[in-house]
Amino acid sequence: MPPTRADAAPLSPRSGLGRLLSALVRKRVRAAGLVIVTLNVVVALLAPAISPHDPLDQDVARRLLPPAWLAGGGPEHLLGTDQLGRDILSRIIHGSRVSLLIGLLSVLLSLPVGVCLGLLAGYFTGRLDDITMRIADVQLAFPFILLAITIAGVLGPSLRNVILILAVGGWVIYARLARGQVLSLREKEFIEAARSLGGGSFRILFRHVLPNVASPIIVVGTFAVAQMILLESSLSFLGLGVQPPTPSWGGMLNDGRAYITVAWWLTTFPGAAIMLTVLGINFVGDWLRDLLDPRLQSV
Amino acid sequence: MVVGVSLVVFFVIRLGGDPAFLLLSADATESDRARFAHEQGFDRPIHVQYAVFVQRALQGDLGRSLRYRQPALPLVLERLPATMELAFAALVVSLIVAIPAGVISAVRRDTAYDNLTMLGALFGQSMPVFWLGIMLILVFSVRLELLPTSGRGGFAHLILPALTLGLYSTARVTRLVRAGMLDVIGQDYIRTAWAKGLPDRRVIFKHALRNTLIPVITIIGLELGTLLGGAVITETVFAWPGMGRLAVTAIFQRDYPLVQATVLVTALLFVLSNLLVDLLYGWLDPRIRYT
Repeated sequence: MPPTRADAAPLSPRSGLGRLLSALVRKRVRAAGLVIVTLNVVVALLAPAISPHDPLDQDVARRLLPPAWLAGGGPEHLLGTDQLGRDILSRIIHGSRVSLLIGLLSVLLSLPVGVCLGLLAGYFTGRLDDITMRIADVQLAFPFILLAITIAGVLGPSLRNVILILAVGGWVIYARLARGQVLSLREKEFIEAARSLGGGSFRILFRHVLPNVASPIIVVGTFAVAQMILLESSLSFLGLGVQPPTPSWGGMLNDGRAYITVAWWLTTFPGAAIMLTVLGINFVGDWLRDLLDPRLQSV
Repeated sequence: MVVGVSLVVFFVIRLGGDPAFLLLSADATESDRARFAHEQGFDRPIHVQYAVFVQRALQGDLGRSLRYRQPALPLVLERLPATMELAFAALVVSLIVAIPAGVISAVRRDTAYDNLTMLGALFGQSMPVFWLGIMLILVFSVRLELLPTSGRGGFAHLILPALTLGLYSTARVTRLVRAGMLDVIGQDYIRTAWAKGLPDRRVIFKHALRNTLIPVITIIGLELGTLLGGAVITETVFAWPGMGRLAVTAIFQRDYPLVQATVLVTALLFVLSNLLVDLLYGWLDPRIRYT
């Protein structure tokens, strides 16, 4: 990127203060991303050990208690209780398991499939390429959330179905990315060299092409985890995701919506949990992008 | 494309159970069910069902809603204006905010302003739409009692849903405008424009922004699809009487023809908006010709 007009005042990109601030923001952001993600994983793994209450324990006598720092709240329930008297903090802690599990699994299921299809389509072109890309086009013609709620409604909502739906929805992006990369790589000298040395197609694809397309795919995959967590929460919010009584953040928001005029903490905290988690993963994705593949400007 | 869409919709919906079981009361006899299935055509082979479906769809007949006992297509089209109103309002919100924010961010690259804008955009992209909606209701309707919580009516009803739906797009478009602008600013002709002493405003708006608009228009086309999808959730939060809410209720009621019609109309809108975008290119960039 050639410099614009480094000397002109209104456009000069870096004043001393600005540079200092931006460096600070960037560093902090990276650290924050890593901290949030690590914290999340730890909380999810240790959920039964660290949550103060059983997330399913109901106590109607103690329903809709406000958070500890408000009048009427107590240290017993730090973030208050919901309409059935369940401890919100414990439910958020347990909800992190559902979110992370779904986010990770759906990406882990769809990413390899998408990448393989994209690699094969881009390398062999022809019929396979046509079919794969046509299917991808059709799938992209739907707003994904609409397709997801339709399938969830038809198959019946459950943890397994949500993961499946999100996995089915996710492969397109990896396939397109991998295909595009292969198309530009396949005529490069080192691939030709491998071919003239007698390397088989699969050897070339997986030993020589794959490592060269890995970084953008890792970056996109990271952002996809965040995306999937958001989608899962949307499905659960509509009542088409993980079913009660399993605590999930989207489901908690759905329950709490009816009590919005009397108990704001029912909806505020689980939503904040979703946002922080997704934000943390996005931070990490941004950081990975700068690290691995600065050319990827916007995903 | 449209054929593919119809195929997907048709088969996905039939993955589930038998609607005869769900729609008739529990004490319906076996023969009642059989008669119902026959009336609705559910007992025929699936490819015949599809052929009939396509034939009718081409004549504008997307079947009858099982719940409302009315033709499905008019039911969907009746809700279309509400959804379009919401989606366009959201698009306007996002463009009004995103284009200036992205341009300034690119021009003042790596300044504190730029970093804060990008941080804000990342926040926006990380926020669940429905949560934002609920929080807005909490603040503006419940606490401040300024705006209505739900329903469709005058301008006041539109503000919160449009903000809610527009935010996600705003975040994305801001990032894309910035990226596009940065790309253009690095080009030689921009340097030339500056070199010949044109004022900043002229260089940025006339030379740079115009060339950034091509990728931005593409995004807007895609964004409209995202907005139509996001509308499903926003409409649910604000009880907005649009297509999205119709789809959600229809799914819960296993009203297959109605779901089918809603999803088809939405996909069609999406395809159309992309076509419109393609046509806009030629107008914005005379170098693009259709042959």
